[in-house]
Amino acid sequence: MENHLRDSEKGSVQKMTSEQVNNEKSAVLVLGCPQVPVQTGIALYLISALRKKGVRTVIAGNRAARTLVEVSDPERHYVGEVMDIDRYIGEIAEKKRAFDYHFIFIHNDAGVSYAATVQAITGKTVVALIYGEHFQEMAGMITFPCEKIAAKAVHNPMPLKNKLDEVLPWVVSNL
Amino acid sequence: MGCLESLKYEIILRDTSFSECREYIRSACKEYVDVDPGFKIFDKHIIGIPPISIGFDGDVITFPFTKPCYGTFLMRVEDHDEAERIRKSAPSKKK
Repeated sequence: MENHLRDSEKGSVQKMTSEQVNNEKSAVLVLGCPQVPVQTGIALYLISALRKKGVRTVIAGNRAARTLVEVSDPERHYVGEVMDIDRYIGEIAEKKRAFDYHFIFIHNDAGVSYAATVQAITGKTVVALIYGEHFQEMAGMITFPCEKIAAKAVHNPMPLKNKLDEVLPWVVSNL
Repeated sequence: MGCLESLKYEIILRDTSFSECREYIRSACKEYVDVDPGFKIFDKHIIGIPPISIGFDGDVITFPFTKPCYGTFLMRVEDHDEAERIRKSAPSKKK
């Protein structure tokens, strides 16, 4: 984990057992398979927007999704801690970590499965960012408590970015 | 579920859905249990839309497995110790 951290963050993470240390809000962005181009751009945009609202962010994803984010931000201006998606599920299931917000990136049914899993484990309302060619079908598969932010965004991130701009202030204030 | 690759497994369904997995397990397996997402199987937390059914035919365990880039598979693995552990630790036996 620490290989993915800036030096300034290493010490603070070692001391944490919960994400709610010092009342700082935290969010985890759960990235899916990066086969839809908008995912990495929207992830970096969301990190920036959350940071402006005082929310610390963690990225969880498989190796390809994590590497894309890290290569896109080599100086780590936006990206903080990055972790493997299975480790993230394990740590929230075993109550080793807790986050205030769970943003799940969804463009296929695996994404829906991860969102359902996070919701069932945490009991919290998760935020689903739904995009890609089949975004309506994916949104229709979600029957558990969830805030849906959905747009047909494949190569052009603007439809999803605009939806995010509309909803994010409410999400951060109310969830 | 990295350790799954070290097991001798059989893929029953590829690119499937959780409802298809559930229907298959409930109709085709001799017994099954329902578990919540996060339940441990082969030392990993299971991913899925609840209720997640896990089936048994003796020591053969049938269960769904999701990978972010590849979707959901229905897998079958023979493992006596794991089958017994799941039977004992699952919330309730359904069949």
